[in-house]
Amino acid sequence: MTRLIDRTVIGLTAAAVLFGLLALLLPDWVRFIATQSFARGAVALGLLVLWRTGLVSFGHALFFAIGAYAAAFVQRALVNDAFVMTLAGMLGGGLMAFALGFLLCRYRGIFFALLNMAFSMVLWGLLAKNEALGSTDGMGVASPEFFGVELDGGATHLALFYFALSSALVFAIGVHLYLRSTLGSMSTAVRENEIRLEYLGYSAARAVHVKYVISGVLGGFGGALMAMVVGQVDPDSMAYWTISGEFVFIAILGGTGNVGATFIGALAFEAIRSAAFQWAPTVWQLIMGGTLLAIIMFLPNGLWSMVARLRERRAS
Amino acid sequence: MSAVLAVRDLAKNFGAVTAAANINVEIAEQEVVGVIGANGAGKTTFVNMVTGYLPPSAGEIDFLGRSILGLRPRAITRLGISRSFQVAQVFASETVFDNMLIAFGVAEMRGPGLLRILHTESRARRVAEQLERYRISEYRDVIASSLPQGVRKLLDIAMAMVSKPRLIMLDEPTSGISIEEKFDIMDIIMGALREARTTVLFIEHDMEIVERYVSRVLAFYQGEIICDAPTAEALKDPKVKEFVIGKEYHRGRAGDEGKGEKAGA
Repeated sequence: MTRLIDRTVIGLTAAAVLFGLLALLLPDWVRFIATQSFARGAVALGLLVLWRTGLVSFGHALFFAIGAYAAAFVQRALVNDAFVMTLAGMLGGGLMAFALGFLLCRYRGIFFALLNMAFSMVLWGLLAKNEALGSTDGMGVASPEFFGVELDGGATHLALFYFALSSALVFAIGVHLYLRSTLGSMSTAVRENEIRLEYLGYSAARAVHVKYVISGVLGGFGGALMAMVVGQVDPDSMAYWTISGEFVFIAILGGTGNVGATFIGALAFEAIRSAAFQWAPTVWQLIMGGTLLAIIMFLPNGLWSMVARLRERRAS
Repeated sequence: MSAVLAVRDLAKNFGAVTAAANINVEIAEQEVVGVIGANGAGKTTFVNMVTGYLPPSAGEIDFLGRSILGLRPRAITRLGISRSFQVAQVFASETVFDNMLIAFGVAEMRGPGLLRILHTESRARRVAEQLERYRISEYRDVIASSLPQGVRKLLDIAMAMVSKPRLIMLDEPTSGISIEEKFDIMDIIMGALREARTTVLFIEHDMEIVERYVSRVLAFYQGEIICDAPTAEALKDPKVKEFVIGKEYHRGRAGDEGKGEKAGA
């Protein structure tokens, strides 16, 4: 029998439970930042799926924005429920990725990266110019209900935190199991040798398409969650190309060695940015740039490589 | 025996250049066919057309009585034609074991089954058996990019054979392999293919390999087959001597005639 529950699944679950307990002791603003981190971490997790295939996207704000706007629309038009809004975001991101995937699965390298950016900027333009979509002001998102239960402000944030934490755990385990599957292992095959994969009997383009849809769904989830957390959707903070850059930053910061690394990266990103903004509000971008530089120079495989090194040291 | 592969009037043009023309061939079940010819004679173009890498400009290709014209490489592989390459096509940063594991996973799974865990105990057993069959078990945990050339070739062919093809097309299986190793490696390959009862067509420049392992020769010259005959007959054919193997080879081999192990599946 193949064991589905391996060291990574146990580690992720233990980390989520510990973090969930620790969060009860943390101030509200830390939980607020952590919830945003889970939203960004989910998008970076989608990037990890592509990254393992040798593909980088500079345009995943596209799915983030679609997820956010889909959640906002569902709240306005249908139902104000966190689960339904999240599902709408995931569906929106997934459908967009499915449609674009027919074109993008044929491209590799810089063309794949920049075509994604091009599509995200097209969306940004549409959102910014369209009055019905709130133009540059965007739309407000009210506090969501949970299965019809309306909570007050503080309780909503707490509920959203645990919703984000448990969702992040589910997605991380899901992606981990996917990467252990035959389809997931095609990441290596596509990255290393598409010709061999074709002559083993599977389409490299289809493998990329599937991975792209998964990353779109995760992007949509991240956007929907962010919309509910910050209570606002707008083109500049959801679809602009610098937002895509943040997701790439997080993926580099965390590393792609483990599915949990993207969430570590997202938490670190938010922590560094918040600290830099508070202590050096005029040069915070300089600190972020310096951090990226340091990571690339000293930890090219991201923060996760410190965990990997620790394990190697223990093993030896 | 019935024809596994039937090719009629196959041609390939690249603009004004004719890479292949008037190719008519039938290959019977479990035959071992050698394809010889100078560089640019059309050998690889022929294999590329049959395996779907290049679309022919004209002609018909039937595999097991069914036209495979216009099918993509993966569809042709699924139908039962596998191939190896002149430069071994493996997953360079993965271990030999993982290369084979991916090959088994892709060959064995379809649709939702692709979402099942790749590394199962039963699949690992099949991988180990395949590695043993091709005598590369000792390299199991070695990264493919650091393998010796001969082992990489064996890995390439072992991966191509995972789908249990009816026909395998090998593009220069001994290219880049030392003279000392070539017969050992070919013995392993041909032994495994014989055991699998696979029909074999391989491109080869080394006439010693052709003489030893092949029962029939297709000689290519300027995109056309100039000789299709049993090995001994083909290698004595005046046109083959002149345009493909050269007279030097025969002068060198005159004293050895009849000593080599004869071909046969």
